[in-house]
Amino acid sequence: MPAVNLTVNGKRVSADVEERTLLVYFLREHLRLTGTHIGCDTSQCGACVVHVDGRAVKSCSVFAVQLDGSDVTTIEGLARDGKLHPVQEAFRENHGLQCGFCTPGMIMTAVDMIRRKPQLDRETIRHELEGNICRCTGYHNIVSAIEDASKRMAGGAA
Amino acid sequence: MITYPFTYRRPNSLAEAEAVLKSSPDAKLLAGGQTLIATMKQRLANPAVLIDIARLGELRFIRREGDALAIGAGARHHDVATSDEVRNAIPALAELAEMIGDPAVRHMGTLGGSVANNDPAADYPAAVLALGATITTTKRTIAADDFFQGMFSTALEEDEIIKSISFPIAEKAAYAKFRNPASRYAIAGVFVAKGKSGVRLAVTGAGPGVFRVSEMETALAKTFAPDAIANITIPSDDLNSDIHASADYRAHLVTVMARRAVKQALER
Repeated sequence: MPAVNLTVNGKRVSADVEERTLLVYFLREHLRLTGTHIGCDTSQCGACVVHVDGRAVKSCSVFAVQLDGSDVTTIEGLARDGKLHPVQEAFRENHGLQCGFCTPGMIMTAVDMIRRKPQLDRETIRHELEGNICRCTGYHNIVSAIEDASKRMAGGAA
Repeated sequence: MITYPFTYRRPNSLAEAEAVLKSSPDAKLLAGGQTLIATMKQRLANPAVLIDIARLGELRFIRREGDALAIGAGARHHDVATSDEVRNAIPALAELAEMIGDPAVRHMGTLGGSVANNDPAADYPAAVLALGATITTTKRTIAADDFFQGMFSTALEEDEIIKSISFPIAEKAAYAKFRNPASRYAIAGVFVAKGKSGVRLAVTGAGPGVFRVSEMETALAKTFAPDAIANITIPSDDLNSDIHASADYRAHLVTVMARRAVKQALER
């Protein structure tokens, strides 16, 4: 089995994994980082979105071995010193979730979206969320949370 | 979902990738993996060897070369969508890249992967065919008109790798897509280009593979305006029919998307 070396949420991890281990299984089953969710079998739902070298990626659609040497951030890596990331805070305050299953992917997508497009309007946010599915149909408050977070972050909060 | 087992190889150069591909029966090239890995997860594909070419820097470039735009096969959709070079030279191509899949898919998926796979509903083949692009491989150069050969079929040989694609810069071009809201693939997409070689118009999503519509091209060559093709409807006999859209509906959409594309091209 090939060795995989990654930096996950700032910590170096090394493991021998089967070639066919998808990143999402590596995170959940080898590292026990279960905040990254699996919501579908078809790579469409976005519950598994993490950041690889700073870019949003579906962790169900990449093998861990492909990413040897990369830097991975999961939902567990967003909060700093016990303080929620501004996007997490905005989801909490805007009630940007119902059951919460899609939330880790929504938040990781939102952080990436705000990085790429600091000026976000609601239509752009909806368009940018096309790879993330919420089965509670809670999009309205998710959009509000991301809009709120982007304004806070533009103000220098993070 | 777990794929069948496979052996993973990550060559350090294109030459090495070519050698590994030649010596590995039943191998597949892995670039962005956004189609291949999903297919492997469904166990609809079972390659014995995956040859990862995603990190080859020599495949990842975007540059102007005279009257054309050369894009490396490893360029991500996101790279193309946000490239100033592309936006200045062929804005329609950047817009098309921005319409593929979703942001996470665009961070991984590549130009070469899309074109080599030749999914009948993929976006890039329409641009490659309508712009009259040239595909450069490890063996030769192939004109777009000779490259696409029907559903998931191309002129590529088993041990041939796409290196780059050269897109002639069009005077006017645009892409209009009616997409499936769940998969984001084209139910019907039309790329129109007016350039040195006249007007070329290519349709994706509607048929078993990307195709040109010569009747519309002739009409647009005379008058490049949406009205010039308003009364041209392609026959629905060979078009796709599925739960998303009937063949007749797709035929109708082709004319609507073609008119929209021409309108957008004129508004630039």
